[in-house]
Amino acid sequence: MNSQLLVRLGLVRPAGVHPPARKLAAEQAIERAQLPKTVILPLQQHIGAPAKAVVKRGDEVKVGQMIAEAGGFVSVPIHATISGIVKQLATVASPITGQPVLGVIIESDGKDDWIDLTPADPEGLSTEEIINRIKGAGIVGMGGATFPTHVKLSPPPEKSITSVIVNGAECEPYITADDRLMLEETDRILIGLKIVMRVLSVERAYVAIEENKPRAIARMRQAVEKASFPGTVTVEAVPAKYPMGAEKTLVKSILGLEVPEGGLPMDVGTVIQNVATLAAVADAITLGKPLVERVVTVTGLVGTPKNLLARFGTSASSLIEECGGADPSADELIFGGPMMGIAQSHVATPIIKGTNCILVKMSDVREEHDCIRCGRCIETCPMGLMPLMFVNLVKKEDYESLADYHIANCVECGACAYGCPAKIPIVSYIKTGKVELRKAGVK
Amino acid sequence: MENTKRLVLSSAPHLHEGASIKRDMYIVILALLFPTAGAVYFFGAYVLLMLATALLCAILTEYVAKWMRKRPFYMDGSAIVTAILFVLVMPPRTPLWIVAVGSIFCIAVAKEMFGGLGQNIFNPALAGRAFASLSFAGALTRWIGPVASFMADGVTTATPLSESFATALSRGELYRALFFGNVAGSVGETSALLILIGGVILLAFGLIKWQVPVFYIGTVALLSFLLGQDPLFQILAGGLMLGAFFMATDYVTSPLTTGGKIIFAVGAGVLVVLIRTWGSMPEGVCYSILLMNAFTPLIDRYVRPKLYGYVKRTNKEEAS
Repeated sequence: MNSQLLVRLGLVRPAGVHPPARKLAAEQAIERAQLPKTVILPLQQHIGAPAKAVVKRGDEVKVGQMIAEAGGFVSVPIHATISGIVKQLATVASPITGQPVLGVIIESDGKDDWIDLTPADPEGLSTEEIINRIKGAGIVGMGGATFPTHVKLSPPPEKSITSVIVNGAECEPYITADDRLMLEETDRILIGLKIVMRVLSVERAYVAIEENKPRAIARMRQAVEKASFPGTVTVEAVPAKYPMGAEKTLVKSILGLEVPEGGLPMDVGTVIQNVATLAAVADAITLGKPLVERVVTVTGLVGTPKNLLARFGTSASSLIEECGGADPSADELIFGGPMMGIAQSHVATPIIKGTNCILVKMSDVREEHDCIRCGRCIETCPMGLMPLMFVNLVKKEDYESLADYHIANCVECGACAYGCPAKIPIVSYIKTGKVELRKAGVK
Repeated sequence: MENTKRLVLSSAPHLHEGASIKRDMYIVILALLFPTAGAVYFFGAYVLLMLATALLCAILTEYVAKWMRKRPFYMDGSAIVTAILFVLVMPPRTPLWIVAVGSIFCIAVAKEMFGGLGQNIFNPALAGRAFASLSFAGALTRWIGPVASFMADGVTTATPLSESFATALSRGELYRALFFGNVAGSVGETSALLILIGGVILLAFGLIKWQVPVFYIGTVALLSFLLGQDPLFQILAGGLMLGAFFMATDYVTSPLTTGGKIIFAVGAGVLVVLIRTWGSMPEGVCYSILLMNAFTPLIDRYVRPKLYGYVKRTNKEEAS
């Protein structure tokens, strides 16, 4: 029996939700955004150690020039995204945490002068050279998680990797950046995939796309058939269910395996790469181009929702202006999708490597009520957790017990809070709980 | 957006399905309208007086309780549900003062004293019913048959579950009477048909799990069959249908997971048969659910959803 029928019959948990798609910019081809006059580049745009600035005030920089070096193995360098002069090194608000972080501010000379790029034929490079190029290009997971890609491509020798999963699920409402990339930059994605398959020496790859993107599925299938790979590549239409694009959900959906608790997809022999990341890998290897721009879906209450290819450090406000400005009623600015995105405190916040979407919306302030134990959060949790218990325990300040309910497994997808009739900001309680549990020193 | 725009900061998710407690409660009230309308039809206008009394007392009690607890009063509809359910499980000619005292007990003692909606261990309506029948036993044994007209007075008769009743009619007539509700009994328990309509509404809106009524009723049917009783009669008579669709499914007082709910339902089914067969009372639905309510925290402690990626750990690993 198919799984949807089982869910409808109440025999299995839905383990996910079906928010409205609202892909407003799905028909808009990727457009190059205007070059910004100034960029603000926070030195922490990825998971891991912050990058360390290697430029100082007054330095002249070109596009693609490294302005900050990796701060460790789990870290990546950051490059100038426009040519001009380093105006200052200043404390800026992080678009991820809202906390102050060090950033480099560059003022444009209007020329868009690039550094000399060194193209290469991937076939002629060793695995090590490829990984170094990927690291040197500052590539991170562009689906939003921003985990340094070279780390993912360097699994410890005891892990045997047998497959790559290409993440084109794009399960968050509103976002169309990956959808458009799959339609318009198909070949770059596949070049990236080929490189990644070679680096990991795997012979099997799956391209996972939610079934609500039939054009992307058809386009990718067509291109996969034409291209040659060092193994078998198939395009898999996965159910449109949030959070399909979360790594663990995707692994289960594609391989039928569960990543062991506390582990990574590599523990079940697979590595997941987002489509935009693969396109960036292709550019880094074949063109020698560092990561300085990405496709951002600017959507919601804006004149014309668009998919803009924008340089990092461009302010959200200028991208919103390019889309015809925001509706006066809008008072909330989200980086990322509506389910997991981060609310920003200032319209001038710069986009960074993980910013796949700028969502302009009206705030909806919700009065929280007491939990009525309806169990919907349990039904929809993709990780098989009991989210309401986290709320209860955090309210009681019984942080130690959070571990009994495996709070660390929560991926903060927000499926629980999405359908909560008591309107409890469950994810917010869970974040508090995780922090308090860590403070309490309980593993 | 101009640079000076003040932005609202909120925690993800920023999109919601639009579910609310109020909406859920009003769907339950809609579903309850069917057995309630049947009650008025079968037992006359007096039922409306009972309802008015219970609703007034329940809502006022909640208001006062919230004020005493310094909590905001919020009309989420749960007091209405409790009041209606309480009336539906009471005998048709319950004196209004008992209805008043009982519904105050439902809200004040069974719900607010435990911390309000979501915190109560026992189903408030059933706790009120148990309180009333223990406290005012004499006044609550006067069962009447369905009345001939809307304003008429009822005639005292036996309920289907008391021994003197069952032999009076032929089997087919008996089942038909029980199914359509044309028998003596508590206000809203008599018509299986109307309760089923309400139950289908709850199922259609996804508010209850089919497993609860099916396992509850199924257990009663199976056990009574094994004990040589008439399963169909056991299902249709008494409060089982109302209990299975509207009380055993109460979110607050039943287990969280579907597995837990099934344990709850089977346990309640066993208790119904035990009480009806060997207990001193003719009816066991109310106490079967209340007893299982007490087991709910225990069930929830042990019956949990299957964890994604669960790895069984040895004691040694846990210690390290």
